[in-house]
Amino acid sequence: MTLTSSEGRWSVGTDITDNKVPAGPIEDAWDTRKFELKLVNPANRRKHTVIIVGTGLAGGAAAASLGEMGYNVKAFCYQDSPRRAHSIAAQGGINAAKNYRNDGDSIYRLFYDTVKGGDFRARERNVYRLAQLSVDIIDQAVAQGVPFAREYGGLLDNRSFGGAQVSRTFYAKGQTGQQLLLGAYQALERQIGKGTVEMHTRHEMLDLIVIDGRARGIVTRDMVSGAIDVHMADAVVLCTGGYGNVFFLSTNAMGCNTTAIWRSHRKGALFANPCYTQIHPTCIPVSGDHQSKLTLMSESLRNDGRVWAPLKRGDDRSPDQIPESERDYYLERRYPAFGNLVPRDVASRAAKAVCDEGRGVGPTGLGVYLDFADAINRVGQATIRERYEGLFEMYNRITDENAYKTPMRIYPAIHYTMGGLWVDYNLMSTIPGLFVGGEANFSDHGANRLGASALMQGLADGYFVLPATIGDYLAQTPSNTADASHPDAQKAVADVKDRIGRLLRPNGTRTVDSFHKELGKIMWDYCGMGRNEEGLRKALDRIPELREEFWQSVKVLGTNDELNQSLEKAGRVADFFELGELMCIDALHRNESCGGHFREEYQTEDGEAQRNDEEYSYAAGWEFAGVGAPPVLHKENLTFDYVHPAQRSYK
Amino acid sequence: MIEQAIAPAKPLVLRTSIGKKYAMATSGIILVGFVIAHMVGNLKFFFGPVHFGEYATFLRTMGSPILPHYYALWGLRAVLLAAVSVHIWAAYSTTRQSKAARPIPYAHKDTIQASYASRTMRWGGVILLLFIVFHILDMTVGVAHVGAFKETTAEHSTVYANAVSGFKHPIVTLAYTLAMGALCLHLFHGIWSMFQTFGRGSGPREQMLRRLAATISVVVCLGFLAMPWTIMFGGRP
Amino acid sequence: MNLTLHVWRQPNADVPGRMMTYQANAISEDMSFLEMLDVVNEGLIANGEDPIAFDHDCREGICGTCGLVINGIAHGPERATTTCQLHMRHFKDGQEIWIEPWRARAFPVIKDLVVNRGALDRIIASGGYISVNTGAAPEAASIPVPKANADAAFDAAACIACGACVAACPNASAMLFTAAKITHLGVLPQGQPERHSRVIAMVDAMEQEGFGSCTNIGECSAACPKEVPLGTIAQMNQDLLAGSLNRS
Ligand SMILES: Cc1cc2nc3c(=O)[nH]c(=O)nc-3n(C[C@H](O)[C@H](O)[C@H](O)COP(=O)(O)OP(=O)(O)OC[C@H]3O[C@@H](n4cnc5c(N)ncnc54)[C@H](O)[C@@H]3O)c2cc1C
Ligand code: HEM
Ligand code: HEM
Ligand code: SF4
Ligand code: F3S
Ligand code: FES
Repeated sequence: MTLTSSEGRWSVGTDITDNKVPAGPIEDAWDTRKFELKLVNPANRRKHTVIIVGTGLAGGAAAASLGEMGYNVKAFCYQDSPRRAHSIAAQGGINAAKNYRNDGDSIYRLFYDTVKGGDFRARERNVYRLAQLSVDIIDQAVAQGVPFAREYGGLLDNRSFGGAQVSRTFYAKGQTGQQLLLGAYQALERQIGKGTVEMHTRHEMLDLIVIDGRARGIVTRDMVSGAIDVHMADAVVLCTGGYGNVFFLSTNAMGCNTTAIWRSHRKGALFANPCYTQIHPTCIPVSGDHQSKLTLMSESLRNDGRVWAPLKRGDDRSPDQIPESERDYYLERRYPAFGNLVPRDVASRAAKAVCDEGRGVGPTGLGVYLDFADAINRVGQATIRERYEGLFEMYNRITDENAYKTPMRIYPAIHYTMGGLWVDYNLMSTIPGLFVGGEANFSDHGANRLGASALMQGLADGYFVLPATIGDYLAQTPSNTADASHPDAQKAVADVKDRIGRLLRPNGTRTVDSFHKELGKIMWDYCGMGRNEEGLRKALDRIPELREEFWQSVKVLGTNDELNQSLEKAGRVADFFELGELMCIDALHRNESCGGHFREEYQTEDGEAQRNDEEYSYAAGWEFAGVGAPPVLHKENLTFDYVHPAQRSYK
Repeated sequence: MIEQAIAPAKPLVLRTSIGKKYAMATSGIILVGFVIAHMVGNLKFFFGPVHFGEYATFLRTMGSPILPHYYALWGLRAVLLAAVSVHIWAAYSTTRQSKAARPIPYAHKDTIQASYASRTMRWGGVILLLFIVFHILDMTVGVAHVGAFKETTAEHSTVYANAVSGFKHPIVTLAYTLAMGALCLHLFHGIWSMFQTFGRGSGPREQMLRRLAATISVVVCLGFLAMPWTIMFGGRP
Repeated sequence: MNLTLHVWRQPNADVPGRMMTYQANAISEDMSFLEMLDVVNEGLIANGEDPIAFDHDCREGICGTCGLVINGIAHGPERATTTCQLHMRHFKDGQEIWIEPWRARAFPVIKDLVVNRGALDRIIASGGYISVNTGAAPEAASIPVPKANADAAFDAAACIACGACVAACPNASAMLFTAAKITHLGVLPQGQPERHSRVIAMVDAMEQEGFGSCTNIGECSAACPKEVPLGTIAQMNQDLLAGSLNRS
């Protein structure tokens, strides 16, 4: 029985009750589940084919592990090599409850911090499992030869990151993401060399094939020849990363998209918490409308930099002209306890508030200062150079400014998407046989991801969770991979070809990028750092109009049967239009503020996020009901037996 | 595949370019050794014709009485011949591999730090080959000698006279000078490259080794040119 | 500023390509090189011409997807800077810029400035890894690594497989790329068991891909955006010699 909301933009369906989370004490949850999972006899594994879309930390680790176990794996990525997935850009580090610093860290504390940091919107047992597996991830990475930073004694070095009270972050200078991904990539290439994994680079998944209610294959486009192919399998795994590019400007790579998960959503996979998007506070501000993407400066800079903005509005003097008395170190003012190390969502909102008062700096007035003068006086420029050289160099390369002399200008930017396809404890979506791992699923970070925990989640899913749970699913399904000529498979191919035809036909007046920029602007203004009911309604009116105009007058030259980058972009932007609408509906329906989702109507008197735990302590799983048709909300109520919800305070 | 890296059929030197580089570097050592010895040997010219002559006859009677005359010399010549042929074979085959590696050239190419010497090893090698052939015909066989020539025997050395009759012609000395320029360039990059081929050319020692290569190549070439230039300017020690 | 671009255009792998000239107008100094090409492409699409195809993704200098030879130098005039990190302030108004793809037989052109670098993955697949199955790892702290080795391993592991070393090398040799991975794994304790079989397997794989022979010119390390040191090539030459002597 579906209730329709007051203005009919969505309807409410039955609650999600079976998330397959094991009962019993939380410490044993994952171990009992591993024991319960059915196994596939090693001799039979060759008969099962598993498709893995995406070769980032989640996909790469899963493909390598399943290949090692003897499964027949087909892996896909849109880049020209599996090593280039966007996990490569992670700089800060990866958390693990190793407690090498003996500063009181433990699996339980990592679990506690992550649930609290997620603003109490994640499943406790998923987060506990994440904390448990974090230990094994570091062992695996070190054994693979990942060159983590070491102390002179030869053991692993740790640093504190993202406001954590303990030093639990392992890092490899400024390339933690790259080095961890190379560990998984090398294990994957080993399996490709042995023939257990078949790698398809420059292939984009354009649709999911569902037969008798089970995911049995995917439709892909070869981005070089344009060939539309069908790949059949016993199980499909999506590890396709985040959808931050719906805002056009984000720290994601240019190719990051939502196509794979969105197409699966249209085939019946619930999409959970789409409006939970994370804003990273320390990014390089926009320098003009030619900007194609934003560059992130590692959060570790906030360990030594002091954030400030001029006290007076419109004070456009150069920073060294503004005396201390006329500077507002607003983070230290508003949050004496944490100061410049407040979590990301808090720091981002504070910067936006300052700029909205007209006290922003830089040519666009959208920026605040991150000043290292005091740190340089305190520990000397050499120490600062040793800690952050790569970052200051990159900042200089982009802005031509010397951050050792003049303070850095920073402004928040879209960075990570906590939302994604809904999955149960076994990481299976609501479509049997369709698994989702890494940033593409919704599970572990609630409404706000802590720094250095996405790499942990991607690898936990890829190395340890998926190989076990997929085995359980395969053990209970017949291993007769459906034939590509199956009518449902051919229908999916026909849909893909028809859609490509509709993208090429208009040959209209506006380029794909111009539409993407306009959609991004709408999403940033009305569904970005600060959201309100009126703005979200305006967006929900404008997006369908723009979508129609897109299908009528987008200009895509060339044909499908060649390398056609405009056609690729057009396909992605078309899906972003539909996702953007669902994000606004999700933001509109959630009358509270939590983590990355800040509704201006719901804040405490001193501007903090005001959660409404009585009514909104659930994960919102949305069911697709047709383009433009009101989606159906299925709630998964969250219970917190171990970490009791409290108002997050960083004062 | 690493696990099943079965024993490869062909030896390293035949199937990989690095193997050929080992051959080129090993032969390079022998050639460099000879060139240094030969240069020092030629300096005996400055101790007068008798002394210089003894050096020439000594070469032909080395190892006697155990070895009959010319045996040791021919032994040396064989080693040299083998070294230079291995060197040239390796140079030819690696050059062919590199040319094939970029069939379509750049329309507009520039370099960042590649030294002229490093980019002209092939031309330098060809010039050296032509020089060696001409030089043997000129100094040992005498066919290509400009001016009077008499072959040296185990008993009687005419090297001094031959050198004087040859190098007093500026054209000959000039030809030799150009060849020595090519040798200098070839060794300037070659000697350091040799160390790098054996994996010893980088790290803290790199600058020292590059300076060593530069000094050897300059000293060797100037040392060689001492005799012809002195003769050309009329010097008769 | 306004610029004149000479760009390599090639519709696909089977048709020979050629240099074409385009104008890039009203280019701001704060634009990155790829953003400048974006602007040119938007103009081309506007008047119905096929946009220039080029590979790019992260635009942060870390994924290794981008790579253009700019005025004859791989990744352009700035050192330790990828094409996507090169900004237009390094060019002058009215300047001519030649833009070509990586040129090597082992990197066939797919379209315009897009090339196929699959050879680099195949070299890694031949042995560029440590054979450890998921779950088989000992406790992380049980493998102490001297800091010097860890730092040397990191400098070599920083390679982003962009292929600029091949493009810049006058011999189109892939020594620096292959040496980087051999050194990264070769100087770590975890890499010792397979050290000799790894270097032989990877060098054999490199040879089969049609790359050139290295004559120690050193241009590769100079063009490398991650400044992978030339010492990695020395390390590989050492290990290969030791490996083959040990094997025979
Ligand atoms: C700039 C930056 C810095 C970050 N820093 C940190 C950090 O310091 N610590 C931390 O913990 N996290 C960090 N993160 C977050 C973290 O990097 C990501 O969340 C995580 O790496 C995601 O990994 P993944 O495997 O889920 O997806 P990705 O690594 O994004 O991989 C996605 C894969 O899917 C493929 N793909 C996508 N769509 C398709 C399609 N339609 N068809 C075929 N293939 C497709 C892609 O080719 C790619 O291989 C950072 C993220 C960014 C952007
Ligand atoms: C200006 C430079 C040089 C001069 C003046 C010079 C002079 C001579 C002389 C006088 C001889 C005859 C000696 C004898 O017959 O015993 C000789 C022989 C020879 N030289 Fe040179 N030489 C020069 C450079 C070189 C170089 C660069 C090479 C080789 C790379 C070379 C290779 C030889 C060889 C192979 C012989 C024959 C030795 C033998 O077997 O009899 N020379 N040279
Ligand atoms: C006097 C004789 C010569 C000497 C002393 C000499 C010495 C050397 C040395 C030391 C090297 C470096 C080897 C390495 O890189 O590991 C070298 C390289 C080379 N030599 Fe010679 N060589 C001589 C003659 C020749 C000849 C006759 C050729 C003919 C083609 C030649 C062609 C080359 C080439 C192409 C290289 C490759 C460039 C390089 O590897 O750096 N050389 N030589
Ligand atoms: S060694 Fe340097 S230039 Fe070569 S592929 Fe790696 S990063 Fe690119
Ligand atoms: S430039 Fe080429 S010749 Fe060798 S040292 Fe580098 S691969
Ligand atoms: S696009 Fe990633 S390195 Fe340039």
